Amino acid sequence: MSVIFEISRAHRQAALQAPKEKEISLEIPLELQRTTTPTLPEVSELQAVRHYTRLSQKNFSIDTNFYPLGSCTMKYNPQGVHALAMLPEFLRRHPLAPLEESQGFLSCAYELQTMLASLCGMAAVSLTPMAGAQGEFAGVAMIRAYHQDRKDTARTEILCPDAAHGTNPASAVMCGYTVKELPTGADGNIDLAVLKSMVGPQTAGIMLTNPSTLGVFDEHIQEVARIMHEAGGLLYYDGANFNAILGKVKPGDMGFDVIHLNLHKTFATPHGGGGPGSGPVGVSERLKPYLPIPMVMKDKTGYRWMTKKDCPKSIGRLSAFAGNAGILLRAYIYCRLLGKEGLHRAAEFATLNANYLMAKMKEAGFKCAYPKRRASHEFIITFSEEAKQLNVKALDFAKGLLDYGIHAPTTYFPLLIPECWLIEPTETESKEELDEFISVMKQLKEEAKTNPEQLRTAPHTLPVRRLDDVKAAKELDLVWKKRRILNDIHRE
Amino acid sequence: MPYIPHTKEDVKEMLAAIGVSRLQDLFDEIPESLRIHSLEGIPEGLGEMETARLMEDKAKQDARGLCFIGAGAYEHHIPAAVWKVATRGEFMTAYTPYQAEASQGTLQVLYEYQTMMATLMGMDVSNASLYDGASALGEAALMAVRANRHSKSKKLLVAGTLHPHYVQTLQSIVETQNISLEMIPFDKKTGCIQKEVLAPYEKEDITALVISQPNFFGVLEEVDVLTNWAHEQNALVIGVVNPVAMALLKEPGQWGTKGADIACGEGQPLGIPLSSGGPYFGFITCKEALVRQMPGRIIGRTVDLEGKEGFSLTLQAREQHIRRSKATSNICTNQGLAVTAATIHMALLGFEGLKKVAKACYANTHALAKLLTAIPGVSLCFTGPYFHEVTLNLSRPVKDVLKGLLKEGIQGGFPLCEEGSPLENALLVCATETKTEEDLKQFAKALEGLMKGV
Repeated sequence: MSVIFEISRAHRQAALQAPKEKEISLEIPLELQRTTTPTLPEVSELQAVRHYTRLSQKNFSIDTNFYPLGSCTMKYNPQGVHALAMLPEFLRRHPLAPLEESQGFLSCAYELQTMLASLCGMAAVSLTPMAGAQGEFAGVAMIRAYHQDRKDTARTEILCPDAAHGTNPASAVMCGYTVKELPTGADGNIDLAVLKSMVGPQTAGIMLTNPSTLGVFDEHIQEVARIMHEAGGLLYYDGANFNAILGKVKPGDMGFDVIHLNLHKTFATPHGGGGPGSGPVGVSERLKPYLPIPMVMKDKTGYRWMTKKDCPKSIGRLSAFAGNAGILLRAYIYCRLLGKEGLHRAAEFATLNANYLMAKMKEAGFKCAYPKRRASHEFIITFSEEAKQLNVKALDFAKGLLDYGIHAPTTYFPLLIPECWLIEPTETESKEELDEFISVMKQLKEEAKTNPEQLRTAPHTLPVRRLDDVKAAKELDLVWKKRRILNDIHRE
Repeated sequence: MPYIPHTKEDVKEMLAAIGVSRLQDLFDEIPESLRIHSLEGIPEGLGEMETARLMEDKAKQDARGLCFIGAGAYEHHIPAAVWKVATRGEFMTAYTPYQAEASQGTLQVLYEYQTMMATLMGMDVSNASLYDGASALGEAALMAVRANRHSKSKKLLVAGTLHPHYVQTLQSIVETQNISLEMIPFDKKTGCIQKEVLAPYEKEDITALVISQPNFFGVLEEVDVLTNWAHEQNALVIGVVNPVAMALLKEPGQWGTKGADIACGEGQPLGIPLSSGGPYFGFITCKEALVRQMPGRIIGRTVDLEGKEGFSLTLQAREQHIRRSKATSNICTNQGLAVTAATIHMALLGFEGLKKVAKACYANTHALAKLLTAIPGVSLCFTGPYFHEVTLNLSRPVKDVLKGLLKEGIQGGFPLCEEGSPLENALLVCATETKTEEDLKQFAKALEGLMKGV
């Protein structure tokens, strides 16, 4: 399909969309004025609408496909939530609007802070981080601020399990820490003996996901917390898997000092093709002074922002305004719709779906990474046997699945399980959808034996076949240029 | 059950397949002492109808009247088609395009966006977006430190005319990595940075210079002079710019003799509603030589195994999911949906449309400034040329004036008299293309009445 610049024609315009031309005298010095023309399309409104509508149709999405992407919690994003978050007054409110014109939004933010703190078992929450990774940054920065405040400056290391999300070590490094990788035990839990040998006066903290990205709940978590706290370190909870335990167990009760949540996962806000996310952080009492600003508080006169004046020890501001407000509204509305019963239920049915799918996959002869463990809201299967015996890899199965209209699970993550898939069905999928998945998987397994080439070259029915990633990285084409094709011919 | 499709029969069959008798049994690996059985402090669930009433009542308390506040977020007209198409489920409910074959829509949109944004900035490449303008500047600063091989100081000079919230965000992001920021004082008369104040830094090792165009006060900086000065010191230049202003103003790629090295900023003016400050999107663009230091997702055009053109995530070896602790940034999620809207917005307006918007903003703010400064006690704070925002000095306390204006249904601007501002009684005012002549007159009339009340 053409890129929009190829359907563009000089002087064509969607004229009504721009304001009327104003005759003005620009009193801007000539050397500060623009003289070049950027590559912006010149198309009619219909051409733009048709182009982008057609592009949208090339995507898999929750609204159109089963999307069991592990660790991403692709649950249904309720339409009602979206509609109410898009009320015109919410869209029109300027981030720096006076408090008199802001009480509606601020009340939602305040109540959301309170509800999230309660759900996590934390003393307070700041909503400002704009995505999970920024929440991680904020969390680790708070750990750092805490140690520094106590003049405990020898703590230079953060521990991360080898199964951790890549963002964990990357966030710790962004906060100036050295990362030590913690090996996982054979049962999927943290090896307590190894942990003990790694902690000391150099340890600032540990970043954990529980249930982990291996899809199992570490039942020794309280012992982990004890070891870490005794060594003087703090515990960071990566909330990426919070949907597994929402309303079942609180990270604060497990012994965690700080947590980030991914509202685009657990709280059903749309993923938007890769964002916007939202990554509020919650903390225990001792980290409260360091929370990022702004936060919302309530006093006699109503709701107002808390700034550096109210929180002098805060790690500071993370965005120009107050984070992804529209996403916060969506999470708030979702919580109000579901209420205490609904939120309690989400984890139950997410776990039911995952365990059902795991049982059925085992029955169909697929190899689970932790067959003896209970699955959390997600689980891992490995295609290492298929890869060895049939030369059909996890990637080939993933691409094969696309041909059946199902989005592939997360592939090759976590890194310590070879040829793996991480499968997370979420609570909003029906039994029929899961059964269909199983039946497709059985067909793919059969295909791997009878016609492996079909899988190795899949997908066959999508807008494009497998893409040349090596070429993409070697011959960088990141910006469309008119004469690009001619140049290429010359080069060849 | 809301959003959960399971019938009683389904649950029974599924539990049987798993081999347990109750849902609770699925949590048997969680120590009993940790388990909670109900959620105190969370209200009962509401139906969609009740929730709608609740939210409508809350919404009604906000955003009434005319808004003349800018200060980093700008009210612009957004064509109806923009969000209608952007919020199609196929765009809105997809995830990061890891499976390229099933995500060509999102990937092509992002490639088109990269083209539009890079060329609007006069730069070679753009990534697929960062969180917002302020955090994009934080990433640009880290990028400059990685990229500038001539500099060992990790020291950034920051124009004192940069948005104070951007300065604060920059501080939070770079502070943990031993990068120091030095603020350059601005000229109180013109409201911008004069080359002379840079002289003391000429013998120092400077990693990068951060320039804002237009600056926080709405004033235009002498970008050529500043850029050339920085390059003479072997410092990189980071431009923080308003993308709508770039329809009229010289783009960072053309600043000085060699052009800025990195251009970043807030994408909100390109079709994103004010919406309390987010989700917006940060953009970052740079010279080709720096592309491997760029954070975040980058989309490349390539071919499939039949030679057909397609798009995929590229240069992933920079990113956290591959490099982990050695990645260029921890960023994972970007602001895909906001970028989708901005791409459609730019496609509908084109360069001609964008120029009209910029001109209308320029004209309205200048017309408003003329009306307001005709009122006794109101004067221009600075002599420098400005774009679509202007700083006014008032002879009455700004806060009282703003309260008075609010009673007349006018959000009169952003007060520059708090949080360590060097200005005493200044008001930052913005009139975009959304304001009519009547609106401007209404503002002037209300302000005149309030200023008389001295």
